[in-house]
Amino acid sequence: MAFAARAPAPSHREERAHPHKSRLGINRLGLWLFLLSDSVFFGVLLSTRYYLQGVRTPEEVSQPLGLVLTSVLLLSSLTAYRAETSAVHGNQAGFRRNTLFTILLGALFIVGVGVEWALAFSHFPPDTGYGTVLFTTTGIHAFHVVTGLIALAVVFRLGKDGRYSKGNFWPAEGVVKYWHFVDVAWVFIYPTLYLVG
Amino acid sequence: MAFLPLIKAVLFAAIGFAVGAGATTGLRNLLGMEPWSTEPVVTMGYVFALIGWLLGVGLWDAWAREWFGKQPKEPLHEGWARFLRFSTDHKVIGVQYLVTMVVIMLLAGALSLLMRVELAAPGQTIMGASDFNTTMSLHGIMMIAVAVATVMGGFANFFVPLMIGAEDVAFPRINAMSYWIVPPVAVLLLATPLMGGFDTGWTAYPPLSVLNASGQLLFLLAFLTFGVSSILGGLNFLATIIMLRAPGMSWGRLPIFVWSIFSAALISLTATQSVALGLLTVILDRVAGTSFYNAAEGGNALLYEHVFWFYSHPAVYIMILPAFGIALEMLTHFSRKPLFAYKWVVASLLTVVGLSYIVWAHHLFTSGMGDYLHLPFMVTTELISIPTGMVFLSGLGTIWQGRLWLKTPMLFALGFLMNFVIGGVTGIFLADVPTDINLQDTYFVVAHFHYTIMGGEIFAILGALYYWFPKMSGRSYNEALGVVHFWWLFLSYNVTFISMFWVGILGMPRRVADYPANMADANLFVTVASFVLGASFLVFAGNLLYSWIKGPVASANPWKARTLEWQTSSPPPLENFPSEPTVVGSPYGYGVAGSVHARLAPAGGSKEQDGQS
Ligand SMILES: [Cu+2]
Repeated sequence: MAFAARAPAPSHREERAHPHKSRLGINRLGLWLFLLSDSVFFGVLLSTRYYLQGVRTPEEVSQPLGLVLTSVLLLSSLTAYRAETSAVHGNQAGFRRNTLFTILLGALFIVGVGVEWALAFSHFPPDTGYGTVLFTTTGIHAFHVVTGLIALAVVFRLGKDGRYSKGNFWPAEGVVKYWHFVDVAWVFIYPTLYLVG
Repeated sequence: MAFLPLIKAVLFAAIGFAVGAGATTGLRNLLGMEPWSTEPVVTMGYVFALIGWLLGVGLWDAWAREWFGKQPKEPLHEGWARFLRFSTDHKVIGVQYLVTMVVIMLLAGALSLLMRVELAAPGQTIMGASDFNTTMSLHGIMMIAVAVATVMGGFANFFVPLMIGAEDVAFPRINAMSYWIVPPVAVLLLATPLMGGFDTGWTAYPPLSVLNASGQLLFLLAFLTFGVSSILGGLNFLATIIMLRAPGMSWGRLPIFVWSIFSAALISLTATQSVALGLLTVILDRVAGTSFYNAAEGGNALLYEHVFWFYSHPAVYIMILPAFGIALEMLTHFSRKPLFAYKWVVASLLTVVGLSYIVWAHHLFTSGMGDYLHLPFMVTTELISIPTGMVFLSGLGTIWQGRLWLKTPMLFALGFLMNFVIGGVTGIFLADVPTDINLQDTYFVVAHFHYTIMGGEIFAILGALYYWFPKMSGRSYNEALGVVHFWWLFLSYNVTFISMFWVGILGMPRRVADYPANMADANLFVTVASFVLGASFLVFAGNLLYSWIKGPVASANPWKARTLEWQTSSPPPLENFPSEPTVVGSPYGYGVAGSVHARLAPAGGSKEQDGQS
């Protein structure tokens, strides 16, 4: 058999399948395709707000909270960026520190969403028109944040034994790109839920 | 033991369900709600059961171990047991999809015969209206799954990497996951009758889908899960086709089947997200008490119709574009002529993809949406007949003055052309607002749809099953029985569905178990014809099943075709080719002097591989 003559596989099939094609390039393309797909989901999700509620935003929406949530998330994108750069340059301590900051800021954001929900419950619960849009949109976004946090925790844990270096940083890069995407999604969600009207 | 991964998967799924359901009741209790509420508990239980199922069947061993710093285990690559587990070999996954989908197709076909028995005479014959609704809805969604995943999961998996000279797809583990997501979908759908069935059809329009029995919830979860599989599949094929083409396999030399998969994958990657959101909003209305479709709180059922068809119209191109690809492949190989107007076909496929996003509201002409939307959506819809007509002309130009080799696959390809013309022409009456307003929701729509998807796509799929059977199984099917299947099916199919246009024009509504007495004769006629149609599949199943086990051993290239999948053994080895092929010309240079598609260098020297013309 043709495949029996090949060298025994040291690692997974995925890595040895295409020796001359850049695995990093394939991974990057795959992630971008996924983000393209997910952005259609967010796009349709945001359009439900305009379809059902127009540009009406209730007065009770807490503007300071919206601003704080946005700032926390944008700040976390900065630390995530620094974590990725550190990983690419093999700076282990920098990677761990910045990943940890990112995780903490992300967790703070989730707490903020909890406060947002608690406030929203008293003014526009999920079975009202605006509540439907608000809880669904922030809930789906928070779900993305939580998956991002889990992924960050995995690369943080894996990075502890110093495995990311100049030649091996894809997991860190991939997770950070995803984190940026989740932040960018919020940049569209924030005006849609807090500012229009 | 062969069944160990499956047993493990079921066990993990059970644990997952217990965890999800337990956590939900606990949380509800904490929040001061009634602890048990069937739909929220089932929903969360299912989500965790799905994760458990995937981890158990092989995701843990092959992948998730990595996330905890452990070395993943290489999946099994030999013996028949590899078909029953998490295999990362695209050929195994292709066969897994095909077998699953053919079984679902036969089951869903049997459901349609049950419907025809009920409709054989006015009044109730074998089942009540509610059972009829569930039968009709199940037939619909199961066949939709077949129409999407047989090609995009089955044939695309097996043949795209082979045809572009790659060893596998870009993401083999995601590929395996896409397949193993499918069995839970089938289980959920088959379980819907246990929770009261569902009566919305496969379209699941609210407000009915928010208010009816809990079987609807299982349907919604199943469809949503299937969407995830479809998105991941689309992503994989795009990345594979973009990144893994063999040296020399430029975009202009790509076999037309690969182009058709590329086009369909663009749609499944993007549009599927829209239906995912639509289904999710209905689930949230049922389970979390939101008001997307509760008009009293500002909800609007039209939102769902827009979001649903923003996916589901493009979805028919996920079904039909690969069918175009398959049919053109077979037409060119069996006419021994180059594919006519190759570049125009590629342009047409991509044009259809573009147009597919801006036609959805032709499903809403009678829904009450703004009248000003009628004209633009009528025009965009009718524009699609230009690129599809182009594909049809390419088929005609290819067989024109060719030396037709009328083997079973070729017969199905020609049958596809015939049927698709009828499907296309009758579509004009539904795209035109004035006629559509009269024909909407009658059997005319049923007949039109089945002409495009069954007469069109399923004919192409059946042809492809015969065409690629020797490559996949390493054995030959019985040609005489194949020809018998074709003529039997082609004639009975046309008699059955032409008659449905007739009952449709008589005004017979679709999706209803009963009808006025004056339509009795026509309906009885359709029922008898449909049973003749159904019986033809016994020939099909018997032939392929027997041939798979005992058929004569097939050669590497029984059709003397030039595309790369035929330039390796039948079935191909794990790595597909002895060494990476180098592509030097068009795959369709039949009868063109000096034309060569690819050079393969088997161990021990280079040899020019040239299909005979
Ligand atoms: Cu349509």
